[in-house]
Amino acid sequence: MSHILWITNGRVIDPANGRDAVGDVFAVDGKLVGSLTDQQQADATKVDAQGLVVAPGLVDIHVHFRYPGQTHKEDISSGTRAAAAGGFTSVVCMPNTSPVCDNAGTIQRIIDKVSRDAVINVYPTGCLTLGMKGESLAPTGQLKAAGVVAMTDDGACVQSNEIMRRAVEYAKMFDLPIMDHCQDESLTEGAVMNEGEWSLRLGLRGWPKAAEDIIVARNVILSEITGAHIHMQHVSSAASVDILRRAKDRGVPVSGEASPHHIEFTDAKLANYDTGFKMNPPLRSDVDREALIEGLCDGTLDCIATDHAPHTATEKDCEFDYAPFGIIGLENSLASTLGTLYHSKRLTLSEVIALMTHKGAEICKLDAGTLSTGATADICIFDPDEAWTVDAEQFFSKSRNCPWHGATVKGKVKATYVAGKQVFDGSTITA
Amino acid sequence: MSQSLSWNRKDLIDVEFLSREEIETIFTAATAFKKAMEADDNKQPYLDGRTVVNLFLEPSTRTRLAFEVAASRLSADTITVTGAASSLTKGETLRDTAQNMAALKADMIIMRHSASGAPHYLSEVVDIPVINAGDGSHAHPTQALLDAFTLLEKFGSLDGKEITILGDILFSRVARSNIICLQKLGAKVTVAGPSTLVPKGFEAMGATVCHDLKKALENADAVMLLRIQHERQTSTHFPSIGEYTSMFGLNKARAKWLKPGAIIMHPGPINRGVEIDSELADSEQSVILQQVTNGIVVRMAVLHLCYCHHKGIPIELPT
Repeated sequence: MSHILWITNGRVIDPANGRDAVGDVFAVDGKLVGSLTDQQQADATKVDAQGLVVAPGLVDIHVHFRYPGQTHKEDISSGTRAAAAGGFTSVVCMPNTSPVCDNAGTIQRIIDKVSRDAVINVYPTGCLTLGMKGESLAPTGQLKAAGVVAMTDDGACVQSNEIMRRAVEYAKMFDLPIMDHCQDESLTEGAVMNEGEWSLRLGLRGWPKAAEDIIVARNVILSEITGAHIHMQHVSSAASVDILRRAKDRGVPVSGEASPHHIEFTDAKLANYDTGFKMNPPLRSDVDREALIEGLCDGTLDCIATDHAPHTATEKDCEFDYAPFGIIGLENSLASTLGTLYHSKRLTLSEVIALMTHKGAEICKLDAGTLSTGATADICIFDPDEAWTVDAEQFFSKSRNCPWHGATVKGKVKATYVAGKQVFDGSTITA
Repeated sequence: MSQSLSWNRKDLIDVEFLSREEIETIFTAATAFKKAMEADDNKQPYLDGRTVVNLFLEPSTRTRLAFEVAASRLSADTITVTGAASSLTKGETLRDTAQNMAALKADMIIMRHSASGAPHYLSEVVDIPVINAGDGSHAHPTQALLDAFTLLEKFGSLDGKEITILGDILFSRVARSNIICLQKLGAKVTVAGPSTLVPKGFEAMGATVCHDLKKALENADAVMLLRIQHERQTSTHFPSIGEYTSMFGLNKARAKWLKPGAIIMHPGPINRGVEIDSELADSEQSVILQQVTNGIVVRMAVLHLCYCHHKGIPIELPT
């Protein structure tokens, strides 16, 4: 007996296919189809999406699910449930686990765990260098064979230009993108927040934008000479956007992502030393915030990625200097991004959905992010206008380190489907 | 003297939150304590039977001693806990350390901490008064208050007075608190020193930024020298101590650039021969030791006011 899904009456927005109209979405046995036979229609599970948006399941190419080794913060079960509740159906996990993902065995371990515990699609990444130490190359070919979709030392930017050059040159042979957390560490020793007026006032060590800009520029140069695709993670600085824009104009194969918090907040949020706003890269100035939005609007930045980085309340409950970097955002990412980009009238609904679906998927070459006939039936149904108050205590994530806690946002996920099966019904996980 | 002082804070975290009136209230109380001290009336009863904990998680001599003396002259029992002797070295969190102190019936906590913002955090964790004795590069409110108190003793009013703060401004909590406090009292503040330690960004706090020592000194009514904070720098901020002294060290020849009657201040600890010539530190122009003495009465005032507000008791002063 086939499993048949028929979502009707919704405003179907599928940016990859230029579709934005009220209509139907059909899926048979987990794949999207163009129409149903009369018999299939009779057998279908019918979902009325009147007044709601029916979009491809959201894609986030930058999350930390902390498995293996740091499962007190998050694990595959809690992380994928948080993602499903946020409308996400595919995520790319960073390799800074314990042990780190610099060997095929650890990737296999994650894939096994995902097959048992995950309610959405999870794609691992491999470390660029052994131990994420930036000294010698990780076994890229073996990691690719084990299933990674990108190479990255996220959180520990490769400092040696020689190692980075060889790493990207080598990864290109396997057609794997390199994702880089752009940070020149010589400029950020002891730094805990953006360098600027607020860091001076608060007496906190500043993380200058130049530390990001220098590495973004380096990566552009290395991408240009090697032809390798380098993706800049969580771009936070106006000058980095400018460097990327010029590089893309020349046809250099670089890309970039922006995070919901960097396009919404500035470093003024740190006035009370709230560790809930401590992340890396740090919140920047209003000029940077505006430049990131511009970059998203003109295509310089390719996608939105949350950098969902769970830490326990205990870990964050301390002096600002000692708190770990990172915040979580999967469960409110859609609403927060809609607030900053759509409700503010900077982008259309379709453009925002593109940033959160197929554009990220294309960077990592995932089979995700569209409602194309024949594609896997990963679907997100949401009400773009429904207001709700973010309550981190109610999150599916194990952690609560969410800077939007208590904020009223607009845009509520009503259902999430993975391969045609409902995994989230608007309030509970149904997988 | 008016006995109807009004004070509405249990904590002193930062001068930034204080109004000019509040600062003047502290000085009114400090003046009363100073008069009593000068009349050899050394013990005031206001914190009798109370326990004041000095939680000093970063090395300190002057500030710690001044708080101990201030608390003991208010008749409090004082307990000092230093970083090395605390359970923080065993992995206890600041929250737990502080809550244990509250559970041990401490009545106030005075904290010195190397992390900026730590007293702010502490004040949210415990209900008893928290007094900031210096946090990271952020704030040192009682130092700024005693500096302003010393200047007021000298000049009567700070309205229109020009104060130059010279040295390592970037890493200095004393500089930050003074920039804020002195401006609240009507003074103009210039911050001076090498460009790497005195970034332009301080203009956003209302200060004039100057890298020319002569210009920084010639209009100053007072110059406040700061130590080079080796422990906070990443060693890349200037070539060497020798170069610093040759460019920005205050010596007798350079002190001549100052107006007659201008005074020299230093919060200590002094590095003689580095930021200031030994002779100058001991000269007539120097009020460095007056600052230290005033540190007692200003801190007595702060402890007394915050405790009275916390307990909801009327503020009495020695007569």
